[in-house]
Amino acid sequence: MDYNSILSERIQKIAPSGIRKFFDILEEMKDAISLGIGEPDFVTPWHIRDAGIYSLEKGHTKYTSNSGMLTLRKEISAYLKRRFDLSYDPAGEILVTVGGSEAIDLTLRAFINPGDEVIIPVPSFVCYNALVTISGGVPVLLQTKRENEFRLTPEELKSAITPKTKMLVLPYPCNPTGGIMERKDLEALVDVLKGTDIIILSDEIYAELTYGLKHTSPANIEGLSERTIVVNGFSKSHAMTGWRLGYVCGPRPVISQLTKLHQFGIMSAPTTSQYAAIEAMREGDADIEMMHNEYDRRRKFLVSELCRMGLDCFEPRGAFYVFPCIKSTGLGSDEFCERLLISEKVAVISGTAFGPGGEGFVRMCYAASVADIQEALIRIERFIKSL
Amino acid sequence: MNEILKLLEQNSKYTAQQLAPMLDMEESAVEAAIAKYEEDKVILGYQALVDWDKAGEDFVTALIEVKVTPQRGDGFDRIAERIYQYDEVESVYLMSGAFDLTVIISGKSLKEVAQFVAARLSTIEGVTSTATHFILKKYKEKHCLFTKQVEQEERVLFV
Repeated sequence: MDYNSILSERIQKIAPSGIRKFFDILEEMKDAISLGIGEPDFVTPWHIRDAGIYSLEKGHTKYTSNSGMLTLRKEISAYLKRRFDLSYDPAGEILVTVGGSEAIDLTLRAFINPGDEVIIPVPSFVCYNALVTISGGVPVLLQTKRENEFRLTPEELKSAITPKTKMLVLPYPCNPTGGIMERKDLEALVDVLKGTDIIILSDEIYAELTYGLKHTSPANIEGLSERTIVVNGFSKSHAMTGWRLGYVCGPRPVISQLTKLHQFGIMSAPTTSQYAAIEAMREGDADIEMMHNEYDRRRKFLVSELCRMGLDCFEPRGAFYVFPCIKSTGLGSDEFCERLLISEKVAVISGTAFGPGGEGFVRMCYAASVADIQEALIRIERFIKSL
Repeated sequence: MNEILKLLEQNSKYTAQQLAPMLDMEESAVEAAIAKYEEDKVILGYQALVDWDKAGEDFVTALIEVKVTPQRGDGFDRIAERIYQYDEVESVYLMSGAFDLTVIISGKSLKEVAQFVAARLSTIEGVTSTATHFILKKYKEKHCLFTKQVEQEERVLFV
């Protein structure tokens, strides 16, 4: 059978992640240090794990409500109010999903008609582009700039809007740049969007990880709130990546359609994870602070060391990545990463993996132990001097 | 200021150069603060946490509950002092509850520790009774785990 002639053309056309080969090399290496994977190095706090285990002991192993347990939705609602001043009704405006990723996928699929355009600021997380394409939409990649600290400016947004624009993705705090949108930056977009029906998909998975100021959601902004769908989850805030649990909040008619998709594709998010998440929402704020403070220290250390080495490094304001410019080394991003891995066994991710505009930059994740970061920095400095 | 202490308690090998950016301080200010802490004996010392089992050394540690008769004027301090002067004694704490002092002692063998308790500790004037508990296995000390972490399987993924 010639499977390639049978498989969906649309799916086949999507390029696989370009760094596959890179990770294959990494996997072979014994003493490599990876600042590559964007995942907390913390294990889920014990009291949260314990809540999951306890739920299994009690025999809570069945499906939950399609939307997620009402108790959890109530806790999420209280959490969003408490931490971000967002108001969502647990009954009808919140859907519990399998990670933030499913929430993003559902939102795109629920809105996109064939040919609809979705504006995606880049460099940003790789999934938006692919998921828009899978949904039959047209990704419109909009390059944000180092000199604007990778914010989306009203001028840039205006230039990308066409009559076909259905949605704007706001991936802030941003993976990989560490850029954020402050309240004033969001307010500046209000006039550009006024009078349109453009929906904002706000991916706020890193909302707890901003440094020096609190996160503002577009749902906090008058003129943006009614068009905003908020996606969030437990992976980054509570170090719960493997539990696969996220949620999406928005106007009732939207959540109702998303719930339909979720119900047919997924049924309900993992029950054990939901029990653990209830504990995370109720008793986890101290864990968030602890991890936030630890990331902040590593962030400052990493930025100061990279600057000392002479790399131009924008001080990241959110998430757990630094995105230094490596143009001064004379190497392209892909070459920089490959040679650094082979000669010094340090894995960082080429900026080109995150879309146009990433050339000249590399992503380093500081959700790694201080010892690893220290050793990686020694090796990176040796590598740069050897060039 | 106490942030420096918290970080050094986690890892005493942090250098002033490493601590300075983490704390938004000048390197010289961190050095001066640490020197002051040492001078004031806020920082009492720096030690390695050793897993002696893994190092292949015979090593036993005992926790001894000690009951004493407090002395007029000096309370428990005088007796505690008489106990902690011995090099064999690692730690001494005054306790609330059913006994008065916790004394932690290490030695090469059970016999060595037992002898110390019999010959030295229980004969101190004012000590009315002792109960010796040997540590059989250490799981965790000062936030460090003694047990081997299970290695995660390799994962290739992109996030």
